[in-house]
Amino acid sequence: MDKILRPTRRGLIKGAGSAALAAGIGMPAISRAQADVIRIGHLTPRTGFLGPLGEFAVMAVDLAVEEINGAGGIAGRKLEVLKEDSVNPQTASVKAERMIERDKVMAIVGEISSASCLTIAQVADRTKTLFINTGGNSDALRGKDCKKYMFHIESQNSMYVKTAGRALLQQGLISGKKIYSLTADYAFGHDLTNVAKRFFAQNKGELLADDLVPTDATDFSGYLLKIRNAKPDVVITNLAGNQVTNFLKQYAEFGLSQPAAGFGFDTALAWAAGKDNFAGTWPVVWHHLLDTPGSKKFVAAFTKKYGKPPENQAWGDYMMMKILAQSITETKSTDSAKLMEHWEKGAKFDILKTREGYFRASDHQMMHEMYTITALPAAQVKNQWDLFTSSAPVPGPNESLEVIATTPEEASCKFA
Amino acid sequence: MLFLQQMLNGLLDGVYYLLIALGLSLIFSLGGIVNLAHGAFYALGAYLTIVFSPYIGFSGSFVAAPVAVALIGMAIERLLFRRFYRADPILSLLLTFGLAMCAEQALRWVFGAPPLSYSMPRELRGQIFVGDFVYSYYRTLLIGVAVVCVALIWLLLNRTSFGRVVRAGVQNPDMVGALGISLQPYMTSVAALGIGLAGLAGVLLAPIYAIHPAMGQEIITPAFVVCVIGGLGSFWGVVVAALLVGLVKGFMVAIDYPAGSTAAIYLMMLIVLLVRPRGLFGERIQRFE
Repeated sequence: MDKILRPTRRGLIKGAGSAALAAGIGMPAISRAQADVIRIGHLTPRTGFLGPLGEFAVMAVDLAVEEINGAGGIAGRKLEVLKEDSVNPQTASVKAERMIERDKVMAIVGEISSASCLTIAQVADRTKTLFINTGGNSDALRGKDCKKYMFHIESQNSMYVKTAGRALLQQGLISGKKIYSLTADYAFGHDLTNVAKRFFAQNKGELLADDLVPTDATDFSGYLLKIRNAKPDVVITNLAGNQVTNFLKQYAEFGLSQPAAGFGFDTALAWAAGKDNFAGTWPVVWHHLLDTPGSKKFVAAFTKKYGKPPENQAWGDYMMMKILAQSITETKSTDSAKLMEHWEKGAKFDILKTREGYFRASDHQMMHEMYTITALPAAQVKNQWDLFTSSAPVPGPNESLEVIATTPEEASCKFA
Repeated sequence: MLFLQQMLNGLLDGVYYLLIALGLSLIFSLGGIVNLAHGAFYALGAYLTIVFSPYIGFSGSFVAAPVAVALIGMAIERLLFRRFYRADPILSLLLTFGLAMCAEQALRWVFGAPPLSYSMPRELRGQIFVGDFVYSYYRTLLIGVAVVCVALIWLLLNRTSFGRVVRAGVQNPDMVGALGISLQPYMTSVAALGIGLAGLAGVLLAPIYAIHPAMGQEIITPAFVVCVIGGLGSFWGVVVAALLVGLVKGFMVAIDYPAGSTAAIYLMMLIVLLVRPRGLFGERIQRFE
């Protein structure tokens, strides 16, 4: 036994040598600042339960860089994006710091986890470097935890709840109805259920129960039996990631008749559930069936490159690269303060939807249209991607884009 | 009534853990290898179901996928496990941990990171109503399959000459060797059987769980907890522990505190370890003392 574990001198030297070699390889060779290159850092989870969505973000960034550089770069300079797996909040902040301090990126783009958004934003604020969140939903990031150098192209939880809520109100499923909800037992779920409860109270919905679901739960049979006994009029989920897919598959399996809906969603989850299991009404920030010339072009380019349509997560990261390129050209600067000033003044951007979007100065949230998607009956589904129909954009054409966002009473952001 | 329903449902849930935990326990008791890669074989079973189904349907995959996984398990036993039977357990732990990571990344490369869809065959859908209790038709089949598997394994271990050699090998491999019986083919068969069971669990759960590269991680932790509570190496210990874990989960839902169900299982493991460090039915195995 001891023989195996006792290191030999030669073994030690070999080990140390290969460790040093590995460290050397791991170090990017681009630590010298180059004047003709604009460098942006991209951080997003690529492993763990958010990894599947992160993969779409990375594909979208690659496509955007290809398009931008193919068209001559940004004001003649080449765009270079450093991409890394953010893993968890601690690693995310260490990597953000290294990208800013050592690799001299002008901005950091990405994320899906709200917890990692917060740690990256702290680094961004300290180093006065822009961080644009493309996937973290929590209202707290735009409220009590808001940061001057953090912007959000991803919608906040309130926008998701008010968008889906509108559709549910129209279907007569909230006012005077009994609601049963399932909530993921971590920061995102708790933030979302608070917003949801406020919405139910405002619209006279009766919440029968709100069950917390541990993040490692895969089996919903116990919850489904409880729901069946409680006889609600509608089942609402505040879940994320694979749990939504598990829920959808088992909801179909147990044959519950109540309409299901949710306040957090990604189109990849519908694809994973498949046409036989996908059901209900869900909010999304964007989807691949949008009938605008910009979206059609993006979907075509993405599908050509990767053989499948872009997920909604792909839209945020793709869009943000384009917005940065456009803003750098317009302001002739890569300076974070200058870009922030430009955005806070209400610069408008074509974000592949019917109306242009802009960052709200008070909390740096992108104001833009959202959609609810509704599952098609299995018999009407033509392929594995187009499983749903879309609502018209929310808010409608005559409304302010801000009607679905938090009001100053609901969340207040004070930039330090 | 609701309370009873939840307890019964919990009990039935425990059966899924059983398929994974039994294989883990078998491989550990004969070779002393704690197979952290067991979850990866479960994931592989689910992915192979997706690959095979267009050609041979779900029922064909139900046979072919576990066999394919078992064959891969056999190869891994011959090439890797075999070198670690007499080594420090920490080395085989490192080996299987690495294997689990390689397998997960391989699934990500081949099938992509996003989860894949797989639907239950039409003829297996539907629900069963017993008074107030509703249950999924598919799950009753699943449980039936699991019970048959467990019974067959018990018979194999306790009523055949194959089982006699395996049980002797668990207790005293040197003595088996002295009697002129080579344990190698038995080790290979047990690894194939245990890993094949994980593959079977993957097939059975593919229609009701999300299929993604990291799905093995989701099931491996509760399966280990089952093995530890039951006592590594004990057949009935694993069976009782799996049902107990299911019951505790059901109980937490029944008392309206599902958020604590994961914590409750670990608490139970802690208590069992304090009172009976070898697990509920853990046998004294000479070479592990």
